[in-house]
Amino acid sequence: MTRKISYIFNGNATETEIEDHLTLLELIRDRLGQTGSKEGCGSGECGACTVIVDDQAVNACLYLAAEIDGKTVQTIEGLANPNGTLHPLQTAFIEHGGIQCGFCSPGMIMSSKALLDENPNPTEDEIKHALAGNMCRCTGYVQIFDSVKAVSAQDEQEIKAVAWKETQ
Amino acid sequence: MSDFAVIGKPIPKLDAIDKATGRVKYIQDIKLDGMLYGKILYSRYPHARIVKIDISKAKALPGVRAVITGEDVPPKMKLGFYKDNPPIKTGKVCSYRDEVAAVAATDLETAEKAISLIEVTYEALPGVFDPEEAMRKDAPLIHEKHRSNILKLPWKLHYGDVEAARNEAAFVVEDRYSCTWVTHCCMGTSGAIADFDYANNLTIQTNTQIPSLAQKDFLEALKAMGLTEKRVRVIKPCIGGGFGSKLDTYAYEHIAILLAWHTRKPVKIMFDREEEFKATSTRQPAIMNIAQGCDADGKLLFRDISMILDNGAYTSWGATTPSVMMMPITTLYRVPNVRFKAQCVYTNNTYAQAMRGYGNPQATFAIESSIETLARKAGIDSAEFRRINANQSGDVSPQKFRITSCGLNECIDRVQTQLDSNTSKEKGVGVGMASLIHVGGGARIYKSDGCGAIIKLDDFGKAVVFTGATDIGQGADNIVNQIVAEELGLLTQDVHVVHTDTDVCPWDVGAHASRTTFVAGNAALGAARKIKGQLTELAARVLESKPANICLRERVASDKTNSKKSIPIDKLLRKAHFSAGGQMLSSEYFYDPDNENMGKDFRGNLSMTYAFGAHGVRVRVDVETGKVKVLDYVAAHDVGRAINPLLLEGQVYGGVMMGIGYALTEQVICEKGEIMNPNFRDYKVLTAKDAVPITAPVIETIDADGPFGAKGIGEPGCVPTAPAIANAIYDAIGVRIKDLPITPEKVLTAIKERDEA
Repeated sequence: MTRKISYIFNGNATETEIEDHLTLLELIRDRLGQTGSKEGCGSGECGACTVIVDDQAVNACLYLAAEIDGKTVQTIEGLANPNGTLHPLQTAFIEHGGIQCGFCSPGMIMSSKALLDENPNPTEDEIKHALAGNMCRCTGYVQIFDSVKAVSAQDEQEIKAVAWKETQ
Repeated sequence: MSDFAVIGKPIPKLDAIDKATGRVKYIQDIKLDGMLYGKILYSRYPHARIVKIDISKAKALPGVRAVITGEDVPPKMKLGFYKDNPPIKTGKVCSYRDEVAAVAATDLETAEKAISLIEVTYEALPGVFDPEEAMRKDAPLIHEKHRSNILKLPWKLHYGDVEAARNEAAFVVEDRYSCTWVTHCCMGTSGAIADFDYANNLTIQTNTQIPSLAQKDFLEALKAMGLTEKRVRVIKPCIGGGFGSKLDTYAYEHIAILLAWHTRKPVKIMFDREEEFKATSTRQPAIMNIAQGCDADGKLLFRDISMILDNGAYTSWGATTPSVMMMPITTLYRVPNVRFKAQCVYTNNTYAQAMRGYGNPQATFAIESSIETLARKAGIDSAEFRRINANQSGDVSPQKFRITSCGLNECIDRVQTQLDSNTSKEKGVGVGMASLIHVGGGARIYKSDGCGAIIKLDDFGKAVVFTGATDIGQGADNIVNQIVAEELGLLTQDVHVVHTDTDVCPWDVGAHASRTTFVAGNAALGAARKIKGQLTELAARVLESKPANICLRERVASDKTNSKKSIPIDKLLRKAHFSAGGQMLSSEYFYDPDNENMGKDFRGNLSMTYAFGAHGVRVRVDVETGKVKVLDYVAAHDVGRAINPLLLEGQVYGGVMMGIGYALTEQVICEKGEIMNPNFRDYKVLTAKDAVPITAPVIETIDADGPFGAKGIGEPGCVPTAPAIANAIYDAIGVRIKDLPITPEKVLTAIKERDEA
């Protein structure tokens, strides 16, 4: 069975004809050609495929593409301002050593964004909880926490000024 | 302390912006026009004769372009240094990960379907899964032509007189330690794309840590296929983690080559996570018997170690880990009499590869657990015991390792200070320590330990560096960049580093042995010095000064003796190019360190310098559940010089966390040769929730041979982690766990045994 779905993808109204069994990750990577979201395990254990659907961080490898009909999807490619300004989380991950091999980074950054959008000043435990589903083999997480904390410590207005939603 | 403009600065990873924005391409993200998808059929038995393979149904499936079996593999195409591993097996299979057939199809689903249609008839053979059982005369033979399961490898040394020293020792301890399989768990799984041009030259895009040596392996593969005088180009996409896993070439790469050859199309083989667990290699497991003794003052007199290593069914670098284990065995602390023997034994299990530390974490687990036990037996504080025996600059160890810069004592002091800062003696809480030595100035494993660098400057004051170094996420590109920028008076943003393509990058033996900062760094420095000579001469001419007076710094060439004389470097370069009789500024340099291959008795100065460190940990053990919680971790490392403190700390944090997993949670559960936990639910890599507070004091000893004084730091972070934790558990509850990982079950069993005793 196929169906047509309509959704907002990284700020752009989009329509795609899909098979019912297509996952959101397959849609993003194979149909839309956006390869920033990664497949690390294909079974929702590693979080490398994390994207944001209507403010919620989800594992795109487990999420059916059909479910995004009428919703808003944001991937790592849609996080920076189209004018080229990086999201503060991207800047923080770069500057604080939150990225080594980088394979987990898109998912890690998207999970961090979903966290900070909901809770701009998380405690260390709240950061750990929010990122528990995003595995990293390189960093020992220390500099990833540093990166998230660097943004959460910033002035809330400043973040909102550049946050993705406000730039659309 | 220093007057550097770029060295010592926490400059973010050069490719981090592309990684943070999702632009960077891993092998997962690469698709070529007309590309086919390859898939491999693995054995259903750990040990069996292959009676018959029927590929007719698979071949008939629409979309299938090729089906190959062992019959299609040239006999000379073999993998690994022991050449006992054909990429597809014929006759019999010796482990579950044995490749039996492979297909190429127009899409992945068709390839998977075709694999399921291949019918293989097996005749099961008795297997052997325990290396000690496999050593028995009546054990089933894995490779009949070898007539024994014990590999003929030379791992045996004896320096001094261990027996005599043992008789003299005031205190002796003797124990058996063991550690099981763990695996790299790179977040990006393995994959390769092979593609032939019409002249039969091969381009292969693959996840590798050894572009130049992989190129050699693939050239040999082509020769075995009858393709002589051909070129192989290895392109390394962005790599989603290495940790040693990409230090050998794998069957899947050779199968991709064969399929591409059969179909005349580019063929991609991409592992899923289950395949990554089942068909890539592990850290070398080990059974280790150790005895150590000291005199009444705590001076070590001897160390005597024998090991049995489960080689699995085939031989990759795991079987050579004893060559690195020798380093801590002969040279961690001053120990005059040393004996070591390791036997590698074929079984029907999976086979091991290189993994961060290359045998050192295993050996150090035994040595440092035993050191702690010995110190306690001698009644000496264990940190003091370590200081009594610590290596010192100027030492030559029994293996003839020459210790140059050495910050071991400072590392021990820093760890002790931090552990002593919290003296509250809570029940179930304990502290532990362990030290490490590792190669820090290259490692002459091959006849060469060299790396090349080529630099060219353009009209705009920018440099491009072509390096042999391989960045696998650790930041090799940054180190090369910072060294070149510093030497040429440029800024980080002026230096572009290319490290991805054997067609343009110079030769190197690979990202292993924590050698890249030292060896590739010195290569880059050598090339930069040559070009600096050209630049200063040019500047002297233009500024009417002497080359010796020219200073290059922050994009400007100036005369040290006359502040009015200066010229921007980019302008200087334009003058070089756009003038009659002009010159092009470029240079190349090949650096091969002055270290030594180990001789027949394994003596020889393997590395130009050695990295030292000490780790300390505070743990809480729940005696009801057996669960160990790491409360506080300190990892002090002698790094020579921190060229980039941000990335250096990242190496230590990541290494420590991998080491904590090794100590407490990680194990590939292999039952009768079958991997039972090929997923992240059941193979416990530590998550953000398990993260522990780590401090990483950096001890700078400014090594005389290192580039700007630096030594290697890639592996040391995970070397002493497990014994530090085991020692802390002993301190907390008085039980000694001698088998990794230290699971709650083992802790509870040990408590029960102690209480019953």
